[in-house]
Amino acid sequence: MGRIDRIAEPWGTRTPYGPGEDWPQRVDLRLDDGLSPADVDEWVQSATILHSNGDGLDIAVKDGRIVGVRGRAVDRVNHGRLGPKDLFGYQANNAHDRLRTPLIRRDGQLVETDWDTAMTAVAGRTKELLAERGPSSIGFYTTGQLFLEEYYTLALIGHGGIGTNHLDGNTRLCTATAAAALKESFACDGQPGSYTDVDHADVIALYGHNMAETQTVLWTRILDRLAGPNPPRVLCVDPRRTPVAAAATIHLAPRPGTNVALMNALLHEIIANDWIDREYVDRHTVGYDELEKQVADCDPEWAAAICDVAPGDIRDAARLLGTAERLLSTVLQGFYQSHQATAAAVQVNNINLIRGMLGRPGCGILQMNGQPTAENTRECGADGDLPGFRNWANDEQVADLAKVWNVEPQQIPHYSEPTHLMQMLRYVEDGSIRFLYVSGTNPAVSLPELRRIRDILTQERLFLVVQDIFLSETAQLADVVLPAATWGEKTGTFTNADRTVHLSEQAVEPPGTARADLDIFIDYARRLELKDKDGQPLVKWSDAEGAFEAWKVCSAGRPCDYSGLSYAKLRGKSGIQWPCNDEHPDGTERIYVDGEFWSSPSYCESFGKDLLTGAPLDPVEYKAMNPSGKAVLKAAEYLPAHEPTTPEYPYLLTTGRTLYHFHTRTKTGRVRQLQDAAPDVWVELSAYDADLHGWSEGDLLRISTSRGRVEAKLRISGIRQGTLFLPFHYGYWDVAQGQPGRAANELTVTDWDPCSKQPLFKCAAARAERIAVGDTPAPAPTTTASKPVGGRVPPTRGGDAAAVVEDLAVEEGSR
Amino acid sequence: MTNKVGLALRELHRAENDLAAELLRASSRHKADHDIFYLGRDLARWSQDHVRALAKHGENYGVGLDAEPHEEAGLLAAARHLGAEFLGGQHDAALLLLRDLREIHRQAAGVSLDWEILAQTAQALKDDELLELAKTCHPQTLRQLRWANASLKANAAQIMVTP
Repeated sequence: MGRIDRIAEPWGTRTPYGPGEDWPQRVDLRLDDGLSPADVDEWVQSATILHSNGDGLDIAVKDGRIVGVRGRAVDRVNHGRLGPKDLFGYQANNAHDRLRTPLIRRDGQLVETDWDTAMTAVAGRTKELLAERGPSSIGFYTTGQLFLEEYYTLALIGHGGIGTNHLDGNTRLCTATAAAALKESFACDGQPGSYTDVDHADVIALYGHNMAETQTVLWTRILDRLAGPNPPRVLCVDPRRTPVAAAATIHLAPRPGTNVALMNALLHEIIANDWIDREYVDRHTVGYDELEKQVADCDPEWAAAICDVAPGDIRDAARLLGTAERLLSTVLQGFYQSHQATAAAVQVNNINLIRGMLGRPGCGILQMNGQPTAENTRECGADGDLPGFRNWANDEQVADLAKVWNVEPQQIPHYSEPTHLMQMLRYVEDGSIRFLYVSGTNPAVSLPELRRIRDILTQERLFLVVQDIFLSETAQLADVVLPAATWGEKTGTFTNADRTVHLSEQAVEPPGTARADLDIFIDYARRLELKDKDGQPLVKWSDAEGAFEAWKVCSAGRPCDYSGLSYAKLRGKSGIQWPCNDEHPDGTERIYVDGEFWSSPSYCESFGKDLLTGAPLDPVEYKAMNPSGKAVLKAAEYLPAHEPTTPEYPYLLTTGRTLYHFHTRTKTGRVRQLQDAAPDVWVELSAYDADLHGWSEGDLLRISTSRGRVEAKLRISGIRQGTLFLPFHYGYWDVAQGQPGRAANELTVTDWDPCSKQPLFKCAAARAERIAVGDTPAPAPTTTASKPVGGRVPPTRGGDAAAVVEDLAVEEGSR
Repeated sequence: MTNKVGLALRELHRAENDLAAELLRASSRHKADHDIFYLGRDLARWSQDHVRALAKHGENYGVGLDAEPHEEAGLLAAARHLGAEFLGGQHDAALLLLRDLREIHRQAAGVSLDWEILAQTAQALKDDELLELAKTCHPQTLRQLRWANASLKANAAQIMVTP
C-alpha cells in the first residue's frame, strides 16, 4: 500500500513485465477525504466513463452518496488501475449545480417546470411537425456517453417509430473515422485488436494518438512493458511532443494535414524493401496492385517535402514497421480529425494487412474511440448506422431489422446513408429540420465554427430539446431542458474500444427529479403513441435489462453479437468481449483470426466508399471487387489541405485535449483536483516561433482565423514549428458574460472528411499576436504534451488533495 | 485521321475546361453546403490537370491548346459566396443544388464518353502515350460522375419532401 499524488503522477507506479507475461495487478483507490474503506456501506460494480478505455471499477457508496472509486483487480482491461479523471471525476455527480428539475422557455427565459409539462411540450411539438412537415423535419443528436440500452431505444424511436433518417451522435466528432476506416478495410465495423496485444507486441505504432492523455490506463500498460525486459519499440506520429513521443524510439512530427503523404511514403518503403507477407496478401486481401501503383512514386523524399519530416526518419520508421514481428497499430484524433481522415486511417490498416499482422497475439489494429460508450452508439445505430452493423444499402438486412422491430421495411429510411451531424445542422440552418433533440452533448462548444453553430441553434423556428445533467452552454439555448441521471445513478451496459462489455449498476438515486435517459426516451415514445405494425407499443420494454434482452435479439447473428451475454453473466466477472454467443460463450478476444473477415457481400455492413469523394460503391461494384469476402487494401492519393497558410494566417492551428479534462469540462471542470491541474485555456507554440517574435511563457496572445478569435496565455512547448495548439475544453459556463473568446472552436473550420463525415478540427490557418506581456506562466499542465521546454514553470501538483492509495500486492482473484 | 484525333482532343479540352468551370461555379454557389464547396474545388482540380495534359498531348497532333485551365473569376466567385450566404437559410434554394449536381453529372458523362473515344482511338493507332493519358484521366472523370450522383442521392429526399 502506498499513497501517491496522481495529479503529479498521472500513470502511477510502474509494475514492469515482459513479453507474453500477465500484466501485474495494481489496485487504485480514492475515497473522499477522511474516509477509509471501513466507512464504505457498499461497493457497486461499474466501469469508467470519462474516456474510451473501459476500466472496471467499483463505486463506493456511503449514506446514499457516491464517496469514491476503486479499480477492479479482476477486470481484463485495467487489472485494478484507474486514471486521474476517474479517480477524482466521480465528485461531479455530487456537484451542487446539477439539473434537478425540467426547464421550459417562457417569455424568453428558462423556468422550472414539472415533467408532465415538459414532456407534453416535447411530444406535442414532435406531433405537430410530423403532421405538418413530416418525419424529415425531426432530428436527434446524441452522444458517446449514454448506455447501450438508451441508444438502442433511441434508434428504434428515430428510425423505426418516427421514421426519420436524421439521427447521429457526437461520436461523429470522435470515432466516426475509426468506424469508417474499419468499414473500408474490412467492410464492417468491429475492432480487430485487443488491449492484450500490448502484452505481446514488439513494435507499437501510435498514429495521431496521444494515448498517454486519452487512455491513461492503456498507456500505463505500455509504460510497464517499456520498464520490463525485452520492451517493445514505439513509433509516434504526432506534431506535438506528447508523452508518447517522449517515450518513442522514433517520433515523426508531420505538418498538420499531410498524414496521407506520410503514410503513402511508409507503405512505399515497406513495399520497396519487400517487407511483405505475400501469402497473407494473396489469400486474404484484394486491391494490392492498386495500392502498389498508388504509392510507387511516394518515396521518402517526396513525402519529406510535403510533411516537413526528414527522409531518413521516414526510412527508419518504415524499417521499424517493416521488420516488426508482432506489430500493434493504434490510431486516434490526430488522424481522425485531420485532413483526409479516413484515407489516412485506412493506410494504417493497410500496413498491418500487407505485413500479415492481424488476428494473432501482439498483431492488432486499434482504431480507437474517444468516448466511453461510443462503440454502443455505433452498434445500436444511434450514429448514422443501422443497428447491429446492418447495411442500409442491403434490402435483406433492412428487412431483417424490420422483422426484429415488427415494422414494415419501408418505415425504416434506407434510401441513403443515415444523415450525418454536419448535414443535419445544415438542414436545421435551411429550416427543413425544425425539431432537434440533443442528449448528453454540448454542440455550442464542441462543434466547429461556433458563431455559425450559435446562429443555427438560436433560430426562432427551431424547437431545441436538451437532455443533460448540467445547464451546459447548449442547454442555455434550449426550449426545453430535461434533467438526466448519469453514471452511478442508473443501470446499463457499455462497451469500450476493444469490444469489452461492462455492466454499470445504479449505486445512488439521481438528484431531484432527474431521470435516466432510458426512462425519458420511453416516456417520449409512449407520448408519441409509437406503434409496431400490429398496433402494439413499438418500444416493448420498460427498464434497462428489458432493453438489453431486446438488443440481444437484434444483435444475434451479426458481428457485434451479444446473444450470449446477460446482466447476470456480466456481474462479478468484469468485462467480456463481443462477439459472445453460443459458439463463444466467454466472448472473443481477437476477431479476424486466420484472415476470416465479415466482408462477404450479403453479410458486410458497408460496400465502401471512394476515399476522396465519399461516393458509396454500389452493391454490384462491391461484389465484383470482393466476391469472396476478403479484406480490402484501399489506396488513396494525397490531396493538399483545404485551408493552406497565407501571409495573413501563417500558422496551422490544431486543437485537442489534455489529460485532466474531458470534452467541454461539464464534469471535470467541476472537480477541484482536475480543474486546478488545468484551470484555463492556453496556446502552445514552439520555442523557435516564440523566439522569432520575442514572446515568452505566459504572454497573452490573440489567436485569429477568418472565423473568430480566442485569447490565451502562451505555453512554449515541444510542438513542431509553424503550428499552434489550443485545447478545446474551455467554453463559457464558468466565466462571466462578455469575456473574450476562449473556446477553440470559435476558430475551427466547417469542413469534414468526405468518407467518415468527421469534422476537421486540426487544420485551420491562423494568426497569432501578442496583446499583453505575461507575468505568470500559462495555466497549462507540465506533466503532459503541454510540458514547457524551458523557463521556470512550477510543476503541476495535486498535493494531499490528490492522494490516491495504490495496492501493488493484490493476490490473484482476491477481489 | 490525325485531324480527327486533333478535333477530339480539342473537344475534350473544351469539355474538361467547362466541367472544371461548372464544378467551381457550383462550389461557389453552394458555399453554405460545405461538402459541395470543398469537393467541388477538389474535383475541379482533376479536370484542370486534364486540361494541361491534353494541351501537352495536342502538340503530337499539331493542335495548339491553351495549357492554362480557365479559372473562376475572383469577383464572380465572391459574388456567388455572398449569394450562397444569403440563400443558405432558405430551404427552397436547395432545389438549385439538385439542378447544379444534375448539370455536373451531365457534363461529366459527356467528358467520360469523350475519354472512351480517345482510348479506343489510341488503341487503334497504337499511340501508347495517348492510351496512358486516357487510363490516368478517365477514372477520375468516373469518380466525378459518381460523386455528383451520390451527392444528388444524399440530398434529394430532404430537398424534395420536406417543405
